[in-house]
Amino acid sequence: MTYELVAGLEVHVELSTASKIFCGCTTAFGGEPNTHVCPVCTGMPGTLPVLNKHVVEFAIRTGLALNCSITPYHKFDRKNYFYPDLPKAYQISQLYLPICQSGSLEIPGAANKRIGIHEIHMEEDAGKLIHDPWDDCTLVDYNRCGVPLLEIVSEPDFGSADEVVAYLEKLWEILMYLGVSDCKMQEGSMRADVNVSVRPVGSSELGTRTEMKNMNSMKAIHRAVTYEAQRQIELLDGGGKVMQETRRWDDNKDASFAMRSKENAQDYRYFPEPDLLPIKIDTGWIEAIRSDMPELPEEKRSRYQREFGLPEYDTQVLTSARELAYLFEEVTALCGKPKEVANLIMVELMRLMRDSDTLPENLSIDAHKVAALIRLITDGKINRNVGKDLLDKIYHSDVDPEAYVKEKGLMMLDDDDLVAKAVDAVLADHRKSVEDYKGGKDKAFGFLVGQAMKALKGKANPQTVNRILREKLER
Amino acid sequence: MQIDDKLIAYLEELSRLRLSPREQEAAKVQLGDILTYIDQLGELDTTDVEALSHPFSFTNFFREDEMRPSFDRDLMLQNAPQQKDGCFKVPKAVE
Amino acid sequence: MDFLDKTALEIGGLIRQKELGVVEATRHALERIEETEPQVNAYIQVLEEQALAQAGTVQKRIDSGEALSPLAGVPMGLKDNICTKGIGTTCGSRMLEGFRPPYSATVAKKLEDAGAVLLGKLNMDEFAMGGSTETSWFGPTKNPWNPGHVPGGSSGGGAAAVAVGSAFYALGSDTGGSIRQPCSFCGISGIKPTYGAVSRYGLVAYASSLDQIGPMGRSIQDCAAILSLLEGHDNRDSTSVQRPPLDFSRSFGGDVNGLRIGVPKGYFGDGLDADVKEPILRAAKMLESLGAVVEEFDLPIADYAVPAYYVVACAEASSNLSRYDGVKYGFRSEAGDTLQDVYYNSRSEGFGIEVKRRIMLGSFVLSSGYYDAYYKKGLQVRGLIQQSFQHAFEAYDMILSPNAPTTAYKLGENISDPLKMYLGDIHTVSVNLAGLPAVTVPCGFGKGGLPVGLQLIGRPFDEPTLVRAAHAFQMQTDYHKQHPQLAKGGNAK
Repeated sequence: MTYELVAGLEVHVELSTASKIFCGCTTAFGGEPNTHVCPVCTGMPGTLPVLNKHVVEFAIRTGLALNCSITPYHKFDRKNYFYPDLPKAYQISQLYLPICQSGSLEIPGAANKRIGIHEIHMEEDAGKLIHDPWDDCTLVDYNRCGVPLLEIVSEPDFGSADEVVAYLEKLWEILMYLGVSDCKMQEGSMRADVNVSVRPVGSSELGTRTEMKNMNSMKAIHRAVTYEAQRQIELLDGGGKVMQETRRWDDNKDASFAMRSKENAQDYRYFPEPDLLPIKIDTGWIEAIRSDMPELPEEKRSRYQREFGLPEYDTQVLTSARELAYLFEEVTALCGKPKEVANLIMVELMRLMRDSDTLPENLSIDAHKVAALIRLITDGKINRNVGKDLLDKIYHSDVDPEAYVKEKGLMMLDDDDLVAKAVDAVLADHRKSVEDYKGGKDKAFGFLVGQAMKALKGKANPQTVNRILREKLER
Repeated sequence: MQIDDKLIAYLEELSRLRLSPREQEAAKVQLGDILTYIDQLGELDTTDVEALSHPFSFTNFFREDEMRPSFDRDLMLQNAPQQKDGCFKVPKAVE
Repeated sequence: MDFLDKTALEIGGLIRQKELGVVEATRHALERIEETEPQVNAYIQVLEEQALAQAGTVQKRIDSGEALSPLAGVPMGLKDNICTKGIGTTCGSRMLEGFRPPYSATVAKKLEDAGAVLLGKLNMDEFAMGGSTETSWFGPTKNPWNPGHVPGGSSGGGAAAVAVGSAFYALGSDTGGSIRQPCSFCGISGIKPTYGAVSRYGLVAYASSLDQIGPMGRSIQDCAAILSLLEGHDNRDSTSVQRPPLDFSRSFGGDVNGLRIGVPKGYFGDGLDADVKEPILRAAKMLESLGAVVEEFDLPIADYAVPAYYVVACAEASSNLSRYDGVKYGFRSEAGDTLQDVYYNSRSEGFGIEVKRRIMLGSFVLSSGYYDAYYKKGLQVRGLIQQSFQHAFEAYDMILSPNAPTTAYKLGENISDPLKMYLGDIHTVSVNLAGLPAVTVPCGFGKGGLPVGLQLIGRPFDEPTLVRAAHAFQMQTDYHKQHPQLAKGGNAK
């Protein structure tokens, strides 16, 4: 019997709004325990939630990017259960009428498969529980309580672990570009609940599924999906039955484990939240948000190829982070030299960022200065080596390129006489190399060029040096 | 509406309440009477009647996304039955 | 000065005219509290030092020429489910004994800004669940007209205090009649505002879509003045309504000519005690003689209001009270070791039996399998009740009714029969379900000299018309000027 895998994902995304969903406390990550809280987000008696408008806008923006329909009239519901990380003992979420429905996301691959998105809803995050081994107790920190979440629920359309990861990567990229979340999986601002089941190939019924919650690493998710499918297949092959349960993925042991069974399946007693008013979204609001949507990475890549003739690989690198793409676009708009800009960013700038451990989100460089640098090179005013150093100076010290070049006298030397003089001196000093070259060693040519450039303090136009050196050597 | 022991136990669990045996017996009778009384709502025809969570049909009340200073931690912990290291303290929460 | 005869507005006027000092008024009130509390038990907490200090501050503000409200300097009490920063707020429950909120309710702040002096926190049924103030962890309040009887509930402490003069006015809360019924039982005036007229921020929630805070005082005019200080949209309460202030400028002329008043036949059947029926019908006749058009009519669906109310209220309450889990604030039981022990024991020991009953009922109607037949049905019946009132208001400007089928019953009489207690809410709960405003004024006495109150129910945000009719009635009667005689020690006059 051959089986196929069927998986679904519920991705929780923490929104990067300035304040929490129902109160004004900050959503900043970390902080000393219970220093980002107030009576509302800690569920004190008599407090009431008030909805952050930005959360609604982020939800609509995300829904539009994922081809969803926006529910014109929707509301919040209470999900009731007892757990120490939930101060009100209910979570304000949306069950009956979520804000977005019926969307889809195409994942790259041979078949360009479309994964259905069942719904997207808004809800509040819970606090954090810290196990204290000294007192064998649990400590509760409510800083995260009330941070706005979008839950993106897929249809059970995944057929492999690869598809799951492809979807997550694309979703991650889209959310980053929309600016709705910083999507830092390691900080928990993007996490996934994975549902896995198997069924005989060709069957249209879904098998019993298990769930692994709060997974925050793509690699672990891939391993977990693969393992769990296999575990279920072996179980069924051996005559057993798959239990519908929540399992814990242990990445160190590379296996999933049944969690200590809680009481009977939770009855959350969902009912509409009476403390919040329902939400009406008119088409005007939706269109305003749609017209304000940032261009998504896939569109950018297509456009870069079309408009600028950049190869696909380049477009991938340039769009690997929103900030790089914006910089590329801004600089190109200023100097009109897309290929130059692309190369500068991909080779030189990213090297500088790597060397200084700078993440794209912290990149701070003046696009005008970079554009000026590009123009200096393409106008033939400086050579590329000088350009490389100049970028370093712009990156670290924000120097003005034109002023700096003038001050340091870095203008490219293109005076034939000066170059000829220097070349003559080099040829005189390195007779052996000349002989080597004449004897067929091409490498010697490069050496001589290098020496000449050095003599000219690196400012010479390399093409001129090449030309003059070659002329003299031919004679 | 008949209330049996199983239902009382279930309601206790949902509500995290523990009634004494005497209270449970009384609850079975009282809740039974109350629910029987409530059952008369079934006499009303509510087809196509909207279920009203609010008395009025206002919509859309929002706040701007502005951060406001949080409360002082000591103030927030002041009523805590048990605390440690700036956190609320409870017995170990088993997953 | 005979304080017992003065309304809050009169006291406020004397203070403004410098004929009475704020500290003096406060001291009087505190003395009255000391005199009456042993018999009445209206207060959970009396704030003697703080009240006197606050009185001094208010006096300074007045002396400096600051323009304050007409009630500035008047000492009052707050029901103990209204949060007061740094001051114990117990909701009449062991669960919140010792709880001091780090914030104040919006209404508490508004009154403080207006120059009110807070005398203390008033007794109530536990978490506002009850109609007699007998479920309070701090002992029952006694009806000052007859201390063997209940004062009504859940705002029984406030009603008793105002009746006996140990506060010039009080704030209560009304979810199913908890302002109106105790006002009726204690012979004072009260208003349950339209849902959303007054901010609920800082009111410890019982049933979120039904709760409203309102004034209880010696006259309907006092109550209107207090309501004007309380009402208004609050950014902290999404359900508070954005609209212009209620306009009471034409409510005190005594004119009810042409006002159409409907009297629901169904409220005057066998269930209504004769000694309540009589004063109510006499009051209706009085209004008619003043020029109102009074007519009997049918208000369908009214019978279904009580079951619908208990479904909706208990469902919301069961969720609102889940936060009392022994983790963040409030009572934590010493018994047990595990987390579940903390939950079960703290809640079982911290809550009284009526609260537990309503929580369980609420959990039931929300539970899967029963949600549609009970909770959803209840919300739909709410819609029908609202439609029924809307239809009635096409023909009438207001509806006249009792607040309760009886006068104040004896302590202990109904406490072990919850269903019987619930049936006592028949005249009041439909108003909360429909979100409508209602006022109550004393209109006579029943057996044993126990007061009877007249309820007037109006269109949304039509409190001014209700007050106009109630005030016209008070201009012609003196029920609201009568005071209970406390047996020993507490002299009424």
